Amino acid sequence: MEALLDILKELHPEVDFETCDTLIDDKILDSFDIISIITSINSEYDVAIPAEEIIPENFNSAEALYDLIERLQDED
Amino acid sequence: MQQTNVLEYLEQTVPQVPDKVAYSDGTDDITFRQVYQDARAMGTFLSRRGLYREPVVVFMSRHPRMIVSFYGVVYAGCYYVPIDEEMPKHRVSLIFQNLKPRAVICDEKTKAMLGEFDYQGDAFLYEEMAGTPVEEERLLDIRRKALDVDPLYIVFTSGSTGVPKGVVACHRSVIDYIENLSDVLEFNRDTVFGNQTPLYFDACLKELYPTLKFGATAYLIPKSLFMFPVKLVEYLNQYKINTICWVVSALTMVSAFKAFDKVKPEYLHTVAFGSEVFPIKQFNIWRETLPHAKFTNLYGPTEGTGMCCYYKVDREFALDETIPIGGPFRNTEILLLDEHDQPAKPGEPGEICIRGTSVTLGYYHNPEKTREAFVQNPLNDAYPEIIYRTGDLARLNERGELCFISRKDYQIKHMGHRIELGEIEVVANMMDGIKSACCIFDDDKKKIVLYYVGEASPAETVKYLKDKLPRYMIPNAVEVLDAMPLTPNSKIDRVLLKQKYQNKEK
Repeated sequence: MEALLDILKELHPEVDFETCDTLIDDKILDSFDIISIITSINSEYDVAIPAEEIIPENFNSAEALYDLIERLQDED
Repeated sequence: MQQTNVLEYLEQTVPQVPDKVAYSDGTDDITFRQVYQDARAMGTFLSRRGLYREPVVVFMSRHPRMIVSFYGVVYAGCYYVPIDEEMPKHRVSLIFQNLKPRAVICDEKTKAMLGEFDYQGDAFLYEEMAGTPVEEERLLDIRRKALDVDPLYIVFTSGSTGVPKGVVACHRSVIDYIENLSDVLEFNRDTVFGNQTPLYFDACLKELYPTLKFGATAYLIPKSLFMFPVKLVEYLNQYKINTICWVVSALTMVSAFKAFDKVKPEYLHTVAFGSEVFPIKQFNIWRETLPHAKFTNLYGPTEGTGMCCYYKVDREFALDETIPIGGPFRNTEILLLDEHDQPAKPGEPGEICIRGTSVTLGYYHNPEKTREAFVQNPLNDAYPEIIYRTGDLARLNERGELCFISRKDYQIKHMGHRIELGEIEVVANMMDGIKSACCIFDDDKKKIVLYYVGEASPAETVKYLKDKLPRYMIPNAVEVLDAMPLTPNSKIDRVLLKQKYQNKEK
């Protein structure tokens, strides 16, 4: 989780990712961020996020994103 | 009779397909009849208030009504200036200072935002304007006096001094562009556009006016879908979208995340792209997914009215090749001028200079900047002839196709947007707690990196920049330095900074 928070904070140092759960709904993340996050997760956790998982629900909070990473790691 | 006003597109189409949807965002539809009715009512409304031959700001959320408002402004004999609710306040303030507009067309949301600007003029809501009874004689009189060299719109681009420049385009240039673009991309009544670009750039001309010309339909795709590739392709299929003109980064987002493994566009047959180099690996994914679609690379600065060059992809490209920008549209000439203002030799780099009807009128209330870029054709000393110097370098390949090389100065292309790094620096330098700032661009990773000296924290700096700059201009990395490296004549040493950055990245 720490590594994920680092990835997010590098993009948006001003956002409290531990509590925010409206990253998409409140337009905090944009398409550029999503691309950066997916790329960083790929290199940090060695998981590729498949296209069908790139949906708002999975990106609204750091927690949701981390759940997704764990789920994808388990599937491997 | 020769067409002299863009509204003739609308007037000729309405009787043919009055009840067809012209513009939609998937939720709200507006038919050609409604576009015609509302735009004429709005024109009457504005004209009755004495507005004529002046800029009228359209400050709204991206919505079909924003487009109708453009036409309403034109019916009044004025020219529209699109501003989007998502534009940062600082930028909007600068635009207002430049224009000194007397009227702004709003929606409920943006009307509430107007109080934050130093604006004393009128604010009109769409609803109140569209209810005005149309005064036929008044509109006819305005049209009789209109010329095709009168301004149609002003759109603002990034300026190196930190002040955005308002590019003024006339009816004649837009008609010239729409006719030639429509020929090349073969638009027709069955065209269903999927608009991606914001309405405050000239990029949206590609969808707005051909829709009127042909009685086609344009969907304004919600911005949020460009984060979610599968949903985006599903949207294209849901509305049977067959034609898209997107920035490259929007297209690569879909291909790079393998959205096509899940869902393929079923109706798409025309794909135009531009503003950036399309990585061949990603381009090939698109071509393999849509083997029967036509792909066209477009190139052009706002000052040349939309796009001025095109290349229809007709062959395979190796991974290290770039897709040419091809050649100019009909009725436009591209001069490649070397540093001595002479035509560059075949294969040699030269600055792209545009000659023809597509050259816009200049920058609004900015004679200095206008004189720098809109200049007398150096190859013609016989009579006045203005060309536009793009500051882009290109060369001709062995096939005679134009190939883009790079920018001459610090202007860059990032996420499809044209950015002067200097503008970011100017804003960063405005912040208390920053002594000196310099931006570089990582061409490989496509990152804007801001270096600065001062006691402000990176988080504070990013927050500050976000209040003042559009999202695409926010640096992707921010680094504090103890001191700024300087060149012998005391300018910030950008080359050294870039080297420093590159060494660190390795």
